[in-house]
Amino acid sequence: MANQEELIPIYIMGKRYDVPASLTIMKAMEWAGYTLVRGVGCRGGFCGACATVYRIKDDPKLYFGLACQTVVKPEMYLGQIPFFPAKRASYDITKLEPIAATLFTTYPETLRCLGCGTCTKACPQELNVKGYMAAAMRGDITLVANMSFDCIMCGLCAARCPAEEPQYNIAILARRLYGRYLAPRSPHLAERVEEIQSGKFDAEIQNLKSLDFNALKERYSAREIEA
Amino acid sequence: MTYTPEMLENIKQVEATRSQRLHQTFPAMSLEERTKLLNTFHPDYIKESMREIRIGVEKGSRMPNELADVVEGRPHIGADFDLSQPEFETDVLIIGGGGAGASAALMAEEAGAKVTIVTKLRFGDANTMMAQGGIQAADRPNDSPAIHYLDVIGGGHFDNFPDLVEALVKDAPQVIAWLEQLGVMFDKTPDGTMMEEHGGGTSRKRMHSARDYSGAEIMRTLRDEVRNRPNITVIEFCPAVELVADKQGRVCGAVLMNLETERYFFTRAKVVILSTGGGGRLHYQGFPTTNHYGATADGIAMAYRLGAKLAFLDTMQYHPTGAAYPEQILGLLVTEKVRGLGAQPVNIKGEQFVYPLEPRDVEAAAFLRECKERHLGVVTPTGQHAVWLDTPMIDLLHEPGTIEKALPAMVRQYKRFNIDMTKVPILVYPTLHYQNGGIAINADCETNIPGLLVAGEASGGVHGRNRLMGNSLLDVCVFGRRAGLTAGRYYKDAKPGEPTLAHLETWKKQRDEAGISTPLRSPILLPDYSRKG
Ligand SMILES: Cc1cc2nc3c(=O)[nH]c(=O)nc-3n(C[C@H](O)[C@H](O)[C@H](O)COP(=O)(O)OP(=O)(O)OC[C@H]3O[C@@H](n4cnc5c(N)ncnc54)[C@H](O)[C@@H]3O)c2cc1C
Ligand code: SF4
Ligand code: SF4
Ligand code: FES
Repeated sequence: MANQEELIPIYIMGKRYDVPASLTIMKAMEWAGYTLVRGVGCRGGFCGACATVYRIKDDPKLYFGLACQTVVKPEMYLGQIPFFPAKRASYDITKLEPIAATLFTTYPETLRCLGCGTCTKACPQELNVKGYMAAAMRGDITLVANMSFDCIMCGLCAARCPAEEPQYNIAILARRLYGRYLAPRSPHLAERVEEIQSGKFDAEIQNLKSLDFNALKERYSAREIEA
Repeated sequence: MTYTPEMLENIKQVEATRSQRLHQTFPAMSLEERTKLLNTFHPDYIKESMREIRIGVEKGSRMPNELADVVEGRPHIGADFDLSQPEFETDVLIIGGGGAGASAALMAEEAGAKVTIVTKLRFGDANTMMAQGGIQAADRPNDSPAIHYLDVIGGGHFDNFPDLVEALVKDAPQVIAWLEQLGVMFDKTPDGTMMEEHGGGTSRKRMHSARDYSGAEIMRTLRDEVRNRPNITVIEFCPAVELVADKQGRVCGAVLMNLETERYFFTRAKVVILSTGGGGRLHYQGFPTTNHYGATADGIAMAYRLGAKLAFLDTMQYHPTGAAYPEQILGLLVTEKVRGLGAQPVNIKGEQFVYPLEPRDVEAAAFLRECKERHLGVVTPTGQHAVWLDTPMIDLLHEPGTIEKALPAMVRQYKRFNIDMTKVPILVYPTLHYQNGGIAINADCETNIPGLLVAGEASGGVHGRNRLMGNSLLDVCVFGRRAGLTAGRYYKDAKPGEPTLAHLETWKKQRDEAGISTPLRSPILLPDYSRKG
C-alpha cells in the first residue's frame, strides 16, 4: 500500500527523505531505512520514549509530539529527545508526609516556576502542565496527582522549561503521596487480606484443586454471573 | 483521517439499532458452542501455522512457526566466548525491566540482596506500561479467591497448573494493598470503595483500574520505587543474549549485549530471574500486535537452549479488539474495558453477533467468523477486515462523560486521528496480544534449571491455555514478588562454580544433527522494520 502512495519530503535530523504521507513519524523513519534503538518503546503512546520536536519549513514555531502517534507532514524537520537528564530526587516514600513541605524539600526548584506555560505547549498528552505546577507551588498534592495523571514521563516539558523544572518527577511524587496517604482507604480490601491470611479460603480452594476435569467443568458452568 | 463515506453510511445502521440494543445483550455461548467455534476459527487451530520443535527438551511439541524459528536459532556467541572477566557481579540478576522484573527487584532487595536489572530498552518500555484495562483481585464481599480460582481455570480450559492458580488468586488482594502502599492511584468511589468492573470471563466484578492507564500507573510507580532503592542498579539498553551456567548446570550469570555498541560482555550472579515478557513482535501468522517493540520472546529462546521446560506455547492470545482503522494505529489495543463498560460488537447490519464478554479466544474467533464466513464485517481501504465496536453506548448506559473519564487514553488515541469515539463507533479486529504459555514454573517461580527463576509473561502454567484480562498484571506482580522472595532466600547460600557455555556445544551439535542451518540469530532482540533498498 505504502508504495503507490504519494511521497512527501521530511528531514530526519537534517537529512531529506521522501516518505509516504500516511505514515507516523516512527514508521516513516523505518521506511527511510532506520533501525530504531533509541526513541522507541511501546509504539502505542504509553511509554514516552519517542518524544519528538519538529518544525515545518518557513514556520518559525516549534511543535512537539510522540513519533509513534504523529503522522508526518510535508517539509517537517525532525529531532528526537529520547533521553532528557532531568533531576530526580531519591526518597523513601514510607518516611514522607503528604504535605506541601514534602514537595518543597524534595524538589526545592518547584517554587522557581515562572508560570510561563511553555511546558503546557510542549506536552504531547495535552496536559495542563503549568496548571499542575501551579498546584504544586500551592502544595495541593491531590490536584497535582489528578491533573498529571495521564503523564507518560516523556520529558518534553522539562526539556523546554526556562526554570529547569523536572515537572514529571514532581508529579509522580505527588501521585505516590496521594495514592499512599491521601486516597481514601478501601475497607473491603483490608478485610479480605486478613481473611486470606487467616486461611479462610484454604479448604475451599484445596477442594477445587482436588476436583477432576468433569467435576471442575461442572462447577465452572454452574457459576453465577454477577449482573 | 476520519471515516470514509462508506463507513459513515454504515455507521447509520449501527446507530439505527442502538436504542434497542441498549437493553438487550446477545446471549453467552455454552462450553460446547465455544469449543466448536474455536476449532473452526481461532488462529491457534490453523494447522499450518505451527510446527514441531526439532531439538531440545521439548522436541516434538508444537509452537508457532515464527517462534520455533527463533527457538531453534543460532546463538549470538559461541561456546568459546571468554567468561574469565565478568564485567560486574551481583547477587540477583534480573533480565527484563517490566512489571515482573521491577516487582522481583523490590522483594529481592528487601531480602538484603544486591540486585541488578538489565533491560533491552528503557526501564519500563514494556508490555506492562501498555496495559489499560486493569488488574483482578477478589476483594469485594460477594467475591472470593475460590470464585476467582474457578474463573481463571475455566478461562484457561482447565489446563492451568493448579498451584500457580492458587498462588495467583490468594496473593491478589495483598498485591493490590502492596501497590496502594507504594502509591498506585486506583479508581475509587469517594468513600474509598474500589471501583471494579467485569472483564471477559469473570463471574464477579473484580477488575481494579487506574483510569485506562492501569499498567502505566503500576509500572511507573514500581519503577520510581526501584530507583529509590540504593541496592538496585538498572542497566538499560543491555539485553541478555545468553544464560550462563556452571559445570553443575546451575545458572550463574548471563552474557549481555550493549545494544548501541554491540559489544558483548559477561556478568556474574548468584541467581537469575528471567522476566523478559512476551513475543508479539514475532507477528505470528502475520497478525499485527499490541505489544511493545522489544517483545520478541528472547527469554524463551535463551532458557530453552539451556534445557528449560516449556508449557502451552502452542496457544497465543489474540485480543478481539485491536484497532483496525485508521491504518496508523493498526493492531493497537482497544482495551477490553470498553466492552466491560457496555460497548457491544456489531456487524455491518448493526446487529450483535456475540456476547460482548466471552473469554478472549472465543470473542476473537467470533469476530473472525463474522468477517470470514458470514462476510458481515467492514473492509477498510487497505483490505483490513473489521467489526464495529459501539462505543457511544457507554455514555448512554452510564452518564454523559463516562467515556472521557474512564478511557482517556483511548479517547486521546482516536482523537489524534480525528475520530471521536464518544460519538461514533470504532473499527476493531483481533490482534496478537499475549503469550499464554512460556517457561514452566512452580509457585516459587523455580524452573527445572537450578538458579533460574522466571516470572511474568515469559512464564507458563498459571493461565493454562488462555489468560483472562486483568490476570496478567496480577501475574507479574504476584509472581514477580514471589521470584524476588525466592531469590532473596536463595542467593545467601548459592555458591556458583566456574561459569561455562558448554550448553552451546550441545546446542550446536543438536542443530547440526537435525540439519538446522538457518542463520537466524537468536534471540532476535528487535523486530526488523527498516525498509531495505
Ligand atoms: C497493550 C496491552 C494491554 C494490556 N492490558 C492488560 C490489562 O488490562 N490487564 C492485564 O492484566 N494485562 C494486560 N496486558 C498484559 C500485561 O500487560 C503483560 O502481560 C505484562 O505486563 C507482562 O509483564 P512482564 O513484566 O512479564 O513483561 P513486560 O512488561 O513486557 O517486560 C519485559 C521486559 O523485558 C525486557 N526484555 C525483553 N527481552 C530482553 C532481553 N533479551 N534482555 C533484557 N531485557 C529484555 C523488555 O524490554 C521489557 O523491559 C496488556 C498487554 C498489552 C501489550
Ligand atoms: S515551563 Fe517551567 S517555568 Fe514555565 S510554567 Fe512550565 S514549569 Fe513553570
Ligand atoms: S507532563 Fe511533561 S513528561 Fe508528562 S507527558 Fe506532558 S510533556 Fe511529557
Ligand atoms: S514509543 Fe512509547 S510513546 Fe511512542
